[in-house]
Amino acid sequence: MDVTVVVDGWRLMGPGLAMTLLVSVSVMILGLGIGLLGGLTLLYGPRLMRLVVRGYVDFVRGTPLLVLIFLIFYGIPAVGIPVPNFVAAVISLGAFAGAQISELVRGGISSIPRGQTDAAMALGMTFWPRLTQVVIPQAVARTLPPLVNTTVEVVKGSSLVSLVSIVELTLATEQVVQRVQRPVPLYIAAALMYFVVNFIVSSGGRRLERRFAF
Amino acid sequence: MTDSGAAIIAVAGLRKFYGSHEVLRGVDLTVQVGEVVVVIGPSGSGKTTLLRCLNFLEEYQHGHVYIDGQLMGYRERNGHRQRQSESEIAKLRTEIGMVFQSFNLFPHMTALQNVMLAPMMVRKLPKAEARERGRFLLEKVGLADKINGYPSKLSGGQQQRVAIARALAMQPKIMLFDEATSALDPELVGEVLNVIRQLADEGMTMVIVSHEMMFAREVADRIIFMDEGLVVEEGSPEAIFTSPRTERLRTYLRRFAYNEAVVISAAPP
Repeated sequence: MDVTVVVDGWRLMGPGLAMTLLVSVSVMILGLGIGLLGGLTLLYGPRLMRLVVRGYVDFVRGTPLLVLIFLIFYGIPAVGIPVPNFVAAVISLGAFAGAQISELVRGGISSIPRGQTDAAMALGMTFWPRLTQVVIPQAVARTLPPLVNTTVEVVKGSSLVSLVSIVELTLATEQVVQRVQRPVPLYIAAALMYFVVNFIVSSGGRRLERRFAF
Repeated sequence: MTDSGAAIIAVAGLRKFYGSHEVLRGVDLTVQVGEVVVVIGPSGSGKTTLLRCLNFLEEYQHGHVYIDGQLMGYRERNGHRQRQSESEIAKLRTEIGMVFQSFNLFPHMTALQNVMLAPMMVRKLPKAEARERGRFLLEKVGLADKINGYPSKLSGGQQQRVAIARALAMQPKIMLFDEATSALDPELVGEVLNVIRQLADEGMTMVIVSHEMMFAREVADRIIFMDEGLVVEEGSPEAIFTSPRTERLRTYLRRFAYNEAVVISAAPP
């Protein structure tokens, strides 16, 4: 009985799940881009840029994700730029992920012992070859576990964009519940779907970790 | 520079501060081509800092460091000193190989990859040539069977020998050794010293910071004794060890004489 409700609800929840995945992937791409730039700026950038990134990171990390989403969702049109809901949602979650990943990149790179850069410098290597051949490959293995955490938070955080009318999994589930009035099996199903997605992310992360370990 | 052209390292009036602490208080040093200079002294004397100033891993505030006739780290324009660009400094560093106390091998690469990296990235050597050079050097240091080994699977002595091969792969004119055996278990020290001795015999110009007094005595052309940021005494190994002139050197050596006496008396008859 319970299962039929879920199977019927799949017509809406399926696309909802697809939207959740679309949002999550887009956010992680944006977040990784921002995070890499942000982290490198925090470590090596000119003082002014460092302060800007620091301000951004501290502000975003001190603000509830939902408030951030509303702020960007209402704020961007308010300055005269019309953006589709989806874009606003991805920007706000992307800002959240980008702030976290900036810190992860900064932490990961600075955890590599000074001796590694000493050796690379002594061999006559300049900044970018040192960073890309010696430092970053070692930092990746260390940064993967917290990066997996961030990805899981993004997937879970994507449920909040239901509040700005994006029909991802949570909102889709709500819509089905409103029609058939069977919340429990439906929300159990939604929870399981989130769990499966995040479980795949975590396992994938563990496999990547093994690949980069030395 | 006192000698007309043969001094490959010329240090004059070198002073370095860490904040307000003066670590090098006016060091003068010349090293001729093919010379092996060993720097000894208590910890905190500035020996490692001096070494690191030679390839500008440490910045110095006053004085000059000339490597093969070129000022290291700075450009002088109208009496005004300007820091060299990163690529200029990197270029000078290719003439100098350095071996560190903690080896500093790249753990995500095999021994061969470690040795090949800089020749390919910096000298733009084609991969096949870099690989050949790498194999040759790893064989030379006695590690032909470990070329595909990762540092985590190598002993300390093996790692240090890979580090020496890695430095040699850039075909430097000068090799610097910063307490290369201090982090090794005693039974592994010999294999590394053998490699260093071989390099000395082949005529490599070397500046070695070491606590291995017997080795220093054997391999050095000249010994420099440093204390509290200054060169206190320098001379041939015989002069330094058998007739030290300054009290500070005598005190320092007494410590090692005791240790050596203990080792000698513990040796089997």
